Amino acid sequence: MSAHAPAGDHHAADGHDDHGHGGGHGHHNAEYPFLAHHFETPAQQFDSAKLGMWLFLVTEVLFFGALFVGYAVLRNRYPDVFTYASAYLDTTLGGINTAVLILSSLTMAMGVYFAQTGRKTALVVCLWLTMAGAAGFMVIKYFEYTHKFHVHLVWGEGFYKPVTDDGGLQSAELSSKAPVPLAPAQTTMSAGTVTAQQLAMPAFVQMPAGEQTAIAPPAAGPAGMAPAVIDAKAAEHAADPATHGDEALHLEDAAMPPNTHLFFAIYYAMTGLHGIHVLVGMGVIGWLIVRAGRGEFGPKYYTPVDLVGLYWHIVDLVWIFLFPLFYLID
Amino acid sequence: MGHAHTSSSDAGHAGQPLVGHLVAPWILFATGGALIVLTVITVAVRYVDLGEANLLVALAIAGLKATLVSLFFMHLRWDRPFNQLIFLSGVVFVVLMMAFCLMDTSQYRDSQYIGNPADVQAVLDKDAPNAPIAAQKSPDLP
Repeated sequence: MSAHAPAGDHHAADGHDDHGHGGGHGHHNAEYPFLAHHFETPAQQFDSAKLGMWLFLVTEVLFFGALFVGYAVLRNRYPDVFTYASAYLDTTLGGINTAVLILSSLTMAMGVYFAQTGRKTALVVCLWLTMAGAAGFMVIKYFEYTHKFHVHLVWGEGFYKPVTDDGGLQSAELSSKAPVPLAPAQTTMSAGTVTAQQLAMPAFVQMPAGEQTAIAPPAAGPAGMAPAVIDAKAAEHAADPATHGDEALHLEDAAMPPNTHLFFAIYYAMTGLHGIHVLVGMGVIGWLIVRAGRGEFGPKYYTPVDLVGLYWHIVDLVWIFLFPLFYLID
Repeated sequence: MGHAHTSSSDAGHAGQPLVGHLVAPWILFATGGALIVLTVITVAVRYVDLGEANLLVALAIAGLKATLVSLFFMHLRWDRPFNQLIFLSGVVFVVLMMAFCLMDTSQYRDSQYIGNPADVQAVLDKDAPNAPIAAQKSPDLP
């Protein structure tokens, strides 16, 4: 963009040159070194770039739109699941992230203002603030995700697997041939017609972690007595991989509606795609910081700042819908 | 709702960029403030039980916030009408896709239910009380 456009072979087209700058393209390019050779005026170049950016943003709207449709279909089919599972999301963290993104959108918009008015230092400061907002958002998102991974609030099969000692997914499948112990509440519910044999159901139906064994978790050894502690840990490990049941509360919860994992599938799909957009945003904002530091932007030319700003606002806009649709269901 | 300000004649105006439209900082700060206030409101109404209306209120507030972002942060208020039309058409087509897909949901075949056996049984019992889970599985599900 910053290279001087070759002027020579364009004088033939000067018949169209009605923008009143006179003197031909040579003078023109000296005045607007950022002007690409295939544009007549800075305004034409700016408008073309903006048109392209808006078309791209529409594809982004449709991209996320398809996922919002998926969300709507799932919520329409399983309203209980969404009401129930939303409680597992941290409204405080989600709310903080909403505010962080809004403020970073504000600093981005101010960045465009300072680029338009040629305030280089203020522009760089605004871009750094926007970058900080993006990074803060991702850090909070990281804590949210890792906590959910740890307690198996994940998509798919892992959602129904108890948490093992090492916190990873339990690799061994529950044997469908083994008799399934029924808790008293469950036997009464089905009026005794459901036998353990009939409950030898497809592997995807998993028992709650706490019901796999009747062996109570061993008491921990006294503090300071190493052998006892080791024994306790070993016994704990051997007896029941699910003694960390307090970490996967959803498996213990009799009120959990079937197919609750679908909520987390769409949650990770949508917030994950949004998170990728935030990371891409950090990349292009970093690129702007470098270019702004070189003083490449000013009242005559600030198109990249403007377009990255539009992208960043779309990322904010998507989150504005994600936040209430996932975190605020009651 | 807007008029294009993107002509090179703007270059002559004091304080105006060569292209595009300059939005005063107070407008940007007012927009940011309104967005924060609306965020607080949308969190607050979560705790008010309006039944089905909760979702509509949340969507209305989100829509209002999205409008503020696009009009003022994204300068759409002062952008070329064609750009406004493009963006609006994207939103319209999402709504169209949403509407047709939701109309279709009543035609879906039986779901497979995944979860704790007792809960799955309870759901299935609504249709056929006391039938075991295995017998209720849709025949062409894996």
